[in-house]
Amino acid sequence: MSLPKPEELISDVNLHKTPEKDWMDIKPELKKGYYLGIVEPKYLEELDLNTLGKWQPYDEKWPLPENWKEIVRKEILKRMEKHRSFKLFMDICVRCGACADKCHFFLGTGDPKNMPVLRAELIRSIVKGEFSTFGKLLGKFAGARKLTEDVIKEWFYYFYQCTECRRCSIFCPYGIDTAEITIMMREILLELGIGTDWGIKPIHNSYYIGNHVGVPPHTFKENLEFLAWEFEDITGIHIDLDRYINRKGAEILYVPMSGDYFADPGIYTMMGILALFQYLDLDVTMSAFATEGGNFGFFHSLEMAKRLHSKIYEEAKRLKVKWILGGECGHKWRVWHQYHNTWFGPIDFLEVPKSPITGTVFEHAKSNKIVHIVEFTADLIAHGKLKLDPSRNDHLIVTYHDSCNPSRAMGIFEEPRFILKHVCNNFIEMPENTIREKTFCCGSGAGLNAGENLEIRQRGGFPRANAVEYVHKEYGVNQLICICAIDRAVFPTLLGYWVPQVEVGGLHELVANALVFEGEKSRDVDLRRRPLKRPVKGIDQSEE
Amino acid sequence: MNALVSFIIFGILVAIPWFGVGVLGLDSLFGIIIPYACFLVFVIGLIYRIIYWAKSPVPYKIPATCGQQKSLPWVKRTFRDRLESPFYTWEVVLRMFLEIVFFRSLFRNLRADLYGKRLIYGSAKWLWLGAILFHWSFFIILLRHLRLFTNPVPQIIQGLDYLDSFIQTFGVPPVYITDILILAGLTFLLLRRFFDPKVSYLSYGSDFFPLFLILGIVITGVLMRYYIKVDLYAVKQLTLGLATFNPVIPEGAKIGVIFYIHLFLVSSLAAYFPFSKLVHMVGVFFSPTRNMANNNRAVRHVNPWEYPVKHLTYAEFQEKFREAMEQAGIPIDEEVTKEEHEWYTMYGPHKNI
Repeated sequence: MSLPKPEELISDVNLHKTPEKDWMDIKPELKKGYYLGIVEPKYLEELDLNTLGKWQPYDEKWPLPENWKEIVRKEILKRMEKHRSFKLFMDICVRCGACADKCHFFLGTGDPKNMPVLRAELIRSIVKGEFSTFGKLLGKFAGARKLTEDVIKEWFYYFYQCTECRRCSIFCPYGIDTAEITIMMREILLELGIGTDWGIKPIHNSYYIGNHVGVPPHTFKENLEFLAWEFEDITGIHIDLDRYINRKGAEILYVPMSGDYFADPGIYTMMGILALFQYLDLDVTMSAFATEGGNFGFFHSLEMAKRLHSKIYEEAKRLKVKWILGGECGHKWRVWHQYHNTWFGPIDFLEVPKSPITGTVFEHAKSNKIVHIVEFTADLIAHGKLKLDPSRNDHLIVTYHDSCNPSRAMGIFEEPRFILKHVCNNFIEMPENTIREKTFCCGSGAGLNAGENLEIRQRGGFPRANAVEYVHKEYGVNQLICICAIDRAVFPTLLGYWVPQVEVGGLHELVANALVFEGEKSRDVDLRRRPLKRPVKGIDQSEE
Repeated sequence: MNALVSFIIFGILVAIPWFGVGVLGLDSLFGIIIPYACFLVFVIGLIYRIIYWAKSPVPYKIPATCGQQKSLPWVKRTFRDRLESPFYTWEVVLRMFLEIVFFRSLFRNLRADLYGKRLIYGSAKWLWLGAILFHWSFFIILLRHLRLFTNPVPQIIQGLDYLDSFIQTFGVPPVYITDILILAGLTFLLLRRFFDPKVSYLSYGSDFFPLFLILGIVITGVLMRYYIKVDLYAVKQLTLGLATFNPVIPEGAKIGVIFYIHLFLVSSLAAYFPFSKLVHMVGVFFSPTRNMANNNRAVRHVNPWEYPVKHLTYAEFQEKFREAMEQAGIPIDEEVTKEEHEWYTMYGPHKNI
């Protein structure tokens, strides 16, 4: 599918104009390029989930089961009973509108139903219209309406135009979290048997093969071998890969993201991490099974998220490691940080994480025993354990994208910046209102990074790309660094469209670029074979 | 349209006591029975609402973090970070205090504008200011009213009254600052519902209604104080009677219909409160994204309904890929055995939770 030119794409967006008709009277129109396809029923069946058979969203009549209304009512009530957040958020919104222009999808489409408040009203109106006496009595006046098949279509359309990034929630005076509402609504859709192709297949892969992209263990090893070989070819440093795969009795279990050993440019982050392990001679290993730290299950239901990540602690137990180290990833860290401990705890079979290199005890992770690799590396640098030459990244003018979930569901802001300041000389921040807790989503998170919905992705990513474009034009930024695997997968497409001059990479790629190895050979390229500003002199030249 | 319906309902609410007291002379109905009934609805309704919320557990610790987490000892956390990403309980308490008393999150507000192909964000504190003016004035006015329900009037209430009316230049009686500020705040909040296209689009009738109601209360109050004088002595007799559960309609004295309109609107607001969005006043205390600590990895949060789920085990995985793993030289674990694990699910045909 081809998109119009970037300047034309958003020419229909007017943030200060609203439709003539009331939003309740506007029927959902499923625009091509805005929604995801539906998965083949066998994938749902093999995951013990309900299915509606073979169908697609563009079908006029959706094959909902006969008792679909009853199911939806029951599932809404069930979730209100189980989650105070959901119940509360249905009651306390005053529609002040503070969230209205905070959503990247609203900014990129101008569609009022992409204002977080109206996204929530899509369900809030049903809760009022179906369960509240006053709501039934007053109807539209009180914002209540009846459950119809159109409502289901609307839910599918708009709850899959939310990336659960939580930007709106930090502006809400009551802390209403649209991500929470979207999670519940996608659960209810899944209960009906509605599962997206791009969402369910990765889950199926992760469940049966170990990772989203469906890379079996031998290919996993092959891919890493390729990275190790490439690294050796560039730097002359051999990476002893065998000890990093499925080895019992290592001190640390590292859990990578499939995006980092599957596709460019994520692979350079993985290469950087392997290089770091080799540099430190770290006693670490990766499971051949738990090869996925990310979690597409989280984009469909909390139960599915738990089903996918059970393998992480199970594998830690089997491999008899002491603690777990997790790679650079976005929603993964929402799940690892905010849910793991509740799901899998108490984690009494592991030890409180302690860096074998610096001796630092990670007290803040003492209960669930998982440490973010960025925390780990920042600690190394703070203790002077890495010999770094930041000028090896002088060919890059770097900006840093705060990935949404590590920002707003964890609060990791300083550690990555600390690392950046030590591994490169040119680091430029994007405008203040687009970074840190106010950071913008890439537009493709939460299971939206498919091909069939490319237009909504490019629109949703527009605010982020716009800030990148600003620093590119002002300061010549040519490299975006992020700590999220989905970011690394989707930013090349997003920036390729909006700011093609800026490349994308992970933080540990820059770390490895700047790392000075004992016995390295001379080179004039970085780890992705881009020419360096000043060639590195290695042992083969040091005699002169 | 929404606003018009709201306004008509509001008009009816004004007309009821006008007719009821002014024409029919139902003083005790509007002076005693309705206020008591509405107050009862308010209290019971609010308690019911709180219990309704509290009955649902908080399964996960999901704070929204707007500041640096507590991680490595040398990573500096500013005071702001502590409030925005609280680790300790006192930090959570402070965060909630700022949220409830000073509307911290609303203060963050931005405005986005699209110029051609450029998005610009500017500070937008007007909503915050309007909200602060309204809520704080309302609160102080409510406190001031305690002078009608206490005898003798506590020093602190007298002091508040004095402070609020220290601008004495407008003649007798002195003008309350909060009267002006609440009118300014409410007018702003109402005007933006009319004229801000986004806010206007998402406003229901039930969003205009409380604004009209409270404006009506304020205006009748102001009228009573400055223009249509009522017998204050008689009013206090009535209000004190209500407060001491010994209600009487003052004999002989004519309080004035305007007072009954004021009282009826207040009663309506009280009765409406627990069934409307106004419960945000209590709800904000319950908000899990604000009232929980960002210490998930250090302190475990327990979910009362957590259940074991179905997942693939390593033994099953290894059995499937054994040959390929052996060929690739990946270590095979000979110690694992296939075991069934207990599991439940809330999905699909196997629903059992």
